[in-house]
Amino acid sequence: MRTARSDRFPLVAIHLFIVALASIWISGCSSSGSSTTPSTPTPVTTTTSNVQSISVTTGPAVASGLLSINSAFTTVTVCVPGGTTQCQTIGGILVDTGSSGLRVLSSALTVSLPQQTGPGGNPIAECGEFIDSETWGPVQTADISLAGEKASSVPIQVIGSSGFTVPTSCSDLGPIQDDLVTLGMNGILGVGNFVQDCGEGCTESGASNVGLYYACPSSGCVVTTEGVAEQVSNPVAFFATDNNGVIVELPAVSGTEASITGSLIFGIGTQSNNGLGSATVYTLDPETGTFTTTFKGQALTDASFLDTGSNAIYFLDSASTGLPICTDLTFWYCPSSTQSFSAVTQGSNGATATINFSIANADTLTSNMNDGVAAGLGGPGPGLFDWGLPFFYGRNVYTAIEGSSTPGGDGPYWAY
Amino acid sequence: MASTRNSFRTWMTATVWVAFAALSSPFSASASLGGDVASVETDQVKMQATLETTNKDLYSIHEIHVPNNVVVREFVSQSGSVFAVTWQGAARPDLRQLLGSYFDSFAKASQAKKAQRVGRGPLVIEQAGLVVEMGGHARSFSGRAYDPRMVPAGVPATEIR
Repeated sequence: MRTARSDRFPLVAIHLFIVALASIWISGCSSSGSSTTPSTPTPVTTTTSNVQSISVTTGPAVASGLLSINSAFTTVTVCVPGGTTQCQTIGGILVDTGSSGLRVLSSALTVSLPQQTGPGGNPIAECGEFIDSETWGPVQTADISLAGEKASSVPIQVIGSSGFTVPTSCSDLGPIQDDLVTLGMNGILGVGNFVQDCGEGCTESGASNVGLYYACPSSGCVVTTEGVAEQVSNPVAFFATDNNGVIVELPAVSGTEASITGSLIFGIGTQSNNGLGSATVYTLDPETGTFTTTFKGQALTDASFLDTGSNAIYFLDSASTGLPICTDLTFWYCPSSTQSFSAVTQGSNGATATINFSIANADTLTSNMNDGVAAGLGGPGPGLFDWGLPFFYGRNVYTAIEGSSTPGGDGPYWAY
Repeated sequence: MASTRNSFRTWMTATVWVAFAALSSPFSASASLGGDVASVETDQVKMQATLETTNKDLYSIHEIHVPNNVVVREFVSQSGSVFAVTWQGAARPDLRQLLGSYFDSFAKASQAKKAQRVGRGPLVIEQAGLVVEMGGHARSFSGRAYDPRMVPAGVPATEIR
């Protein structure tokens, strides 16, 4: 079993740890940092509001004829760093525990944020990588407010900004999503297990560079090295308090619904409303942010994860699940009747959970265009077990950030 | 913001850029998927990677370890053709290079597929002459591509990992 990656992010980790400790101490909570038993909620006289409303709806692109399903959206306020006047509140932002950092469509952004520059004063841009696509655009800096929390001067990505032509080295990685029609949302709020979207891999030079960041002189954008402090980062890790992770809370769903509302709660064990309770901690591979899912005797190690940003339970293929692919909607399964399954998730710490789930006919589930919520939506994910948003329905899921301290141990982990 | 240190860093970075640009210039001559065994070595050189070859009964696996924590496997038939490629790592590799003449089909199909699904998940493309599967999340991406017509008889697709 690997230990926490303190050697990879020494300064960041120590800094975050100190900030976390200081904020816990200041807010007067009684977290010990090592207890795994739920603490009795302690009355706290002054607390930061840490509950951000989220809703699963057909989304912000309905006017364009694009209807989201199983996508959780929220509203984010961004400001020019250090000020309170040049601010904008933007809705239709996807809540994504599978990535780190805020990304906003250029077309949805009306405030002018400062552009990050690299050596020689050249603007920095990024090719953000996602499960099935890329986002391209400049790195800018913003103060980000969510509920009562604020993250100051955080690098974000502005997607599809004019003046930043997509380099072929980015479009050669997969389809580019750079506007409302291709992205289907106004932005992505990455609140996953990592502090930065890339980490040490983007600080390396030459062929060792993961290659997400670009310097953009007038001659065109070229891959560059990017320090971890300059990388697009999970704003939660930058909060003054409640900065060790998030909880996604959504109600149980059976069948389909037009919409549901829930909460994105900041902090784990930092306030009376975010204790671990009876949840079990499943630690992750600190390099890949994955754990193991075993399905029908097949163990998927380093290929299994929880992800609110995936809109179905995407797992394996027809041959191993016995589920037929839909005729038209070939990214989903279409069994003639609802099928029940069982899988076992396992953390690096050995903790296991048996997850029972059902997959229903996607043609039926998506037949009513007004429905933004469909439990039982599943699809093929060859070689993978991607527990998308339906996993989160009726289950409080904790996402602890790497290198941070919580009452359930250090992140990265998931708990449920 | 100019300073001596920054100037030095600019020079250093520029040097790195030139080196990187030279190494990542558009690749056209011999593409991987559908190409011959020589294209594997071209890929290896281009990626500044190490190569490890494993011989199976009906094919060989050429495993390319890129220094940026990406592993690419190229499956070569006994006749010397690359019939499949897989990848796993912190980022996707250059798919235009890996898919070669299949890339345009992939690009067209992936755009169409993305346009059809409002929402995100693994991408699966299945055509008579091209299968591409890709997925993953931050810092962990994987996928594979193969031409079913070129897979040697007796080799199940499940072996392409």
